[in-house]
Parts: sequence; structure tokens; C-alpha cells
Amino acid sequence: MALNQTLPILFSHTHRLQWEEAQQKYVILYPEGMVELNQSSAEILKCCDGTRNLVEIVSELEQQFATSGLHNDISAFLEVALKNGWIQQQSN
Amino acid sequence: MAGYNNNQTDITPPRWLLAELTYACPLQCPYCSNPLDYANYKTELSTDDWKRVLSQARKMGAVQLGFSGGEPLTRQDLPELVKHARELGYYSNLITSGYGMTEEKIIQLKEAGLDHIQVSIQASTQELNDHIAGTASFQHKKQVAHLVKKHGYPMVLCVVIHRENIHQMPEILAMAEELGADYLELANTQYYGWAHINRDLLLPTKEQFDQAEAIAQAFKEKVAGKMKIYYVVPDFYEDRPKACMNGWGTTFLTIAPDGVALPCHSARELPGLDCPNVNDNSIEEIWHESKAFNFFRGFDWMQEPCRSCDEKEKDFGGCRCQAYLLTGNMYNTDPVCSKSPAHDVIGQAIDTARIQALSGNEKPLIFRNSKNSQLLG
Repeated sequence: MALNQTLPILFSHTHRLQWEEAQQKYVILYPEGMVELNQSSAEILKCCDGTRNLVEIVSELEQQFATSGLHNDISAFLEVALKNGWIQQQSN
Repeated sequence: MAGYNNNQTDITPPRWLLAELTYACPLQCPYCSNPLDYANYKTELSTDDWKRVLSQARKMGAVQLGFSGGEPLTRQDLPELVKHARELGYYSNLITSGYGMTEEKIIQLKEAGLDHIQVSIQASTQELNDHIAGTASFQHKKQVAHLVKKHGYPMVLCVVIHRENIHQMPEILAMAEELGADYLELANTQYYGWAHINRDLLLPTKEQFDQAEAIAQAFKEKVAGKMKIYYVVPDFYEDRPKACMNGWGTTFLTIAPDGVALPCHSARELPGLDCPNVNDNSIEEIWHESKAFNFFRGFDWMQEPCRSCDEKEKDFGGCRCQAYLLTGNMYNTDPVCSKSPAHDVIGQAIDTARIQALSGNEKPLIFRNSKNSQLLG
């Protein structure tokens, strides 16, 4: 299973992405488990709303943080996220 | 005495709250983790008490919440507590036998904000399931598992593994696949409470365990990406102890039905902890200041060989309840550890169970029910 470059990416409906005030960080919550996220991972996942594909997410974040060259990092992280079931893509 | 000299700033906040809403349960599983004398604890916290506990623990940083028991569905205020938990931002897990669950209730709990339902099944066949559970429940459990899926919850199937069902491992895995489980928890029995007194009948032989583990491992690879497997290891066949509770008073907080706060759900068995009650103290006071929660925090309480062991920060000396049950001294190294001077007790337990298994003349299981609880308590 690898990331499809053109399909929109959606955060998994069986996981929850949430800001934790006590920990001052975003976490992913799922049955009996929790993953703590660093800031950049959280920013990427927040873009996974089912309307944008990889290229559009990269462009959104490069614009937001006024930088370039994020494609490889974001792509690598989303591959991991897909493997862990944190995100999904609608197949036709 | 242990504890007390901890630097308070070193104390991490609770992340997991296990809310044991009740000891009432229609099932009679002979490996139940509730205390043997549960029938002596008749009082239950009120709805308002539970709401206060949830609010206080959440404020400290608890985020994973398990509604457990007994059978939590016997509490009529469950939807109200789930709603409160959701408003506070908890991720709520309902840990249920499925007994008493209806489609209407599944929908009601979803609307209240429940995140996930874990259904336990005792075996892959009706006959064995209903025998172990002490209640005819197999068909209903399978229906509940289907309904959980249908209504969009992540579905966790939990099967406790022991000598009576370990031969069914291939059928148990096939059942999980057929039911569409997103997660399968294969929980090798941990020998506390009811499982401790039934150990000779429940502990699998090494050959049985190795064979079952190999089958589960192959299945795990087969379903990778579709189903996640949580495999709870049978620590009697390990040579290092489990990092019990991720370290005492670091992560886990259990509240028993009567409001007693426990650093682990078996800690009621340990002598002299004076476990505090949420009716007398706030969660903040309990977590930071109580004798019980400071008792085995850090490393100062340890004896040898733990004290000078270079693995003590990895496994924290193992489980205090296991040390107490098997060596009579809760400060000892968990005897599962091959460095423990009492490690022989594990080999003896395995041998005794094996002789029972081969004798063909096994004594009956002691089922978890009020009558037996009153006799044993």
C-alpha cells in the first residue's frame, strides 16, 4: 500500500486528532492507544481533510510557512501515516 | 518505608483512567481480574461522583478512558457518563462482554460520544464460550460485534487465551476476520485474582503456547494493514518481567466501583497500601500525595537484584502484585525475571499445571460469582 499522488487524503474516521492542553501538543487517539505528534506532523495531518491531494497539501504548507522544498518530507511522513492507518484515500 | 522521598516535580500526570463502574457482571469468567472478595464491596459511586472524578483526572491530563467493570452496561447512567467524558475531551473505550447490549444502546452511546467498543468473546465455539462465560452468550456477542461495525465504531475483539481455548487459535483468528475486527486483542491470561486460584487449569504448556504464538504471528503478517493485533504475552514463559503499568504511579489510574483509587487494578490485593478513596480526596491529592501512589514510585523501594540491575529503568522490577502473590513479599523482584532468587516458583507453577493437564483428571474451575466470592473472601 503506497500513497496515491492524485487522490485526496482524509484523516481516518476511526482515529481522533486532538490538541492536548496538558501536554501542549497534538495527539492521535485510537482504541487504547495514543501517539504524540511534533508540530510539523500535526500541521500536515490537519491538512488531511479529504479535499486535497499530496501536491495540494505541500503547496498549502509551503505557502503557510513561507518556505519551499517540503515535498519529500511531507510525502515520507504521509507514507508512514498511511501505513499506521492514520489517514486514508478513497479509491475509485 | 517506600515512597515519600520523591521529588514531587518528577511525578508525571496520569494519562489513562480506568473507570471500573461496577463489580456486577452476568458472566462468570474464571480468570476475571476483579478481586476475589469483590462481593464484599457493595457500594458504588454515584453519577455525580463519577463526573467529578472524570473532570478532575482530565484536568491533570488523563486522555484515554476505559469504562470497565464488571459489566459497565449494567450502569444505567453509562450514556450520561460517556457524554460527560466526550465533553471533557476524553477518548472513551467501552470494555464490555456485550451482554445487555442492543442496537438502540449502540446508537445512543455513539450519539453520546463513545469512541470505541471492545467486545470480549471467550472462545470460537458456542459450547466453549458459554462454558467459560458461565452464561449462554456466544450468539449475542457475535451479533453485538456486527452491530459495533455497522455503526462505524472501530471494533476491537478481545479473547483471553488459556489452556481451555488455546487449541482454538486458528478458529479464533478466522472468527476475528469474519467479524471484521479492526483490532484483535489476544490476551494471554495474567495470573492474578480469579486466574491465580484457577492457574493449574488455565496455564497452557510451553508447547501449546509456542504453537499458538507461531499461528498468531503468521496471521499478524497476513492481515497487516487490515487488522492490528495486540498480543499480550504470557509472562510465565518470558525471562524478563513486564514493565508493569509503565511504572507505578506514572501513567495509569484505576478507580474501583466503590471509589477506591488504585495504581493498578490488582493493587487491592497488596497489604498496607491504604488506598485512598475519591470520596475523601481529589484526584490531584491522590495522585501526588497519597501513600499508595508513592509506594513504589521511582527506584528507592527496590531490593537486590533489582536495585543494582541495569534493566531496572526498562521494567521497573516487574509487577508488585505478582511478586506478592508468588513470593509473599511485594518488594521482591517479580519472580518471572530469571535474575530473581525465587524464579523457581515459575517453573514449579508450569510443572504443576502441566501435570494437571496430562492427568486427565482435572478439578473443576472456580467460576467468578457472588457465592464463590463470599466463600473465598
